[in-house]
Amino acid sequence: MHEAAPVNPWVALAYLIAGVCFILALRGLSSPATSRRGNRLGMVGMGIAVLTTIFTHLPLQEVTVFAPAADYTYWMQLTLIDSVTFAEILAAIAIGAVIGLTTAKRIAMTAMPQLVAAFHSLVGLAAVLVGVAAYLNPQAFGISSMVIPMIGQPFAVINPVSKVEMGLGVAIGAITFSGSVIAFLKLNGSMSGKPILLPGRHVINLATLAAILFLVAQFAHGQEGWPFWAVVVLSFAIGFLLIIPIGGADMPVVVSMLNSYSGWAAAAMGFTLGNTAMIVTGALVGSSGAILSYIMCRAMNRSFISVIAGGFGATDSGGGGAAATDRPWKRGSAEDAAFLMQQAEQVIIVPGYGMAVAQAQHALREMGDKLKEHGVRVKYAIHPVAGRMPGHMNVLLAEANVPYDDVFELEDINSEFAQTDVAFVIGANDVTNPAAKTDKTSPIYGMPVLDVEKAKTVLFIKRSMGGVGYAGVDNEVFYRDNTMMLLADAKKMVEEIVKAMD
Amino acid sequence: MDFLSILSIFVLACFVGYYVVWSVTPALHTPLMAVTNAISSVIIVGALIAAAAAGVPGAKWLGLLGVVLASINIFGGFAVTERMLAMYKKKG
Repeated sequence: MHEAAPVNPWVALAYLIAGVCFILALRGLSSPATSRRGNRLGMVGMGIAVLTTIFTHLPLQEVTVFAPAADYTYWMQLTLIDSVTFAEILAAIAIGAVIGLTTAKRIAMTAMPQLVAAFHSLVGLAAVLVGVAAYLNPQAFGISSMVIPMIGQPFAVINPVSKVEMGLGVAIGAITFSGSVIAFLKLNGSMSGKPILLPGRHVINLATLAAILFLVAQFAHGQEGWPFWAVVVLSFAIGFLLIIPIGGADMPVVVSMLNSYSGWAAAAMGFTLGNTAMIVTGALVGSSGAILSYIMCRAMNRSFISVIAGGFGATDSGGGGAAATDRPWKRGSAEDAAFLMQQAEQVIIVPGYGMAVAQAQHALREMGDKLKEHGVRVKYAIHPVAGRMPGHMNVLLAEANVPYDDVFELEDINSEFAQTDVAFVIGANDVTNPAAKTDKTSPIYGMPVLDVEKAKTVLFIKRSMGGVGYAGVDNEVFYRDNTMMLLADAKKMVEEIVKAMD
Repeated sequence: MDFLSILSIFVLACFVGYYVVWSVTPALHTPLMAVTNAISSVIIVGALIAAAAAGVPGAKWLGLLGVVLASINIFGGFAVTERMLAMYKKKG
């Protein structure tokens, strides 16, 4: 009774195969060597899903064809696909393909976080559109039953379970959309990365969420349409409200979280349509984003709740930073840095978001090459939250042709700093702060950090002594005897160091 | 399919997702986000159904718009992932 269209086993099988392709696509990412094959499998899976849908749902037209023969006329009845609808769909896909491919080709690797946020918003909006379309035309989606009243015309009603799924799908989609738009604006610099704190925002947010759930239930029970539209509007609002209080440094968590939401939105729509490919994908993407959020939170020693509650770094930016600049520190030049590193046996480079902002990755790789020519071992140490999204630094280093076996994660390399001659910190700050290990009053206390101060010498590139990191705390490393501050734009400084090495 | 079999697929897929994603190397977390982005656009299936269905013009146009948006994501997501993955090179 619930399914309008009979389920063709081959169709169900095709969607299942698409789902398996998606699982294998993610599986391929366990190593860079297998990753490209994985990505291709993902494309195959998508192709299967799209073609299956097109050929099982396109409307058919009966066409009568007359064929004149020798003595009498044959006529045949042919069933053809509705070519107008087919052309419209192909045109829609083509428009998307042109926009998508051009963007993918042109985008700078440093802008990847913005791009991913923008893509998330599209998934969210698409989910909303599908949900609304399903509401307007439930028969096409096979989610309605005919009611034959005693008097009057029979009419279609949407099944209550489908209504709940649709309501939740639309809600999650709308949250993903408006949240991602804000995340995009913040990452793109079109909007200040500073948290915007509304008074009583927790109460407003919780009340809005409760209202959305109540309205979904209302929509499922009743016959009216208004709760559905109210869910759409409130969900757009809550997505916006949830992301504006979150600061720039917490963006890796936000981007991962929105990634997760886009998955759950797809899964909810998959429930509505009873489509295996969508459900499998939704579950994969949903858990992927959730795990990434967890990894990011762990790397900052913050609870997910406190990130979502927002406002990190908004209140305590003054305090420790200002007074501490009076403390003595050593300034070095590009020549000093070049000399120190060329004498070293091993140099560990610690890149951070500042490297991305200064676009210093290519100059940095050149410096690494020069050092290798001198017989110096060069390694890169990446903190999980370096940059604005998970794995951001790795992509930038890969773009600059740094071989991936020179790049190490925090837990794999942290013990090596003690046996390293030079730790070269470029554009990172909070992730090297020893206060996280010792100072219980510090806002970053408990966050795992790179032990750069254990190296014989620390070279720390920073624009000026005035600024502090995103957490708004002073860094003990600046004032240590074994630290030399290199105050300049990261890219310029690295280029000067390379020059000095000749 | 009845609700319970759909739910079973969903729950099992969550477990598969959990184990598969933990095995992804942290160096590839950005491509992971890009590719999950692309595959979550499988929501295009819903948009295609709406776009192909006759009867309600509003739903049809929403469906077509959904197809455009999801296609941007599919082509853009896979292409940008491919571009990133091509950059990861071994030593030598």
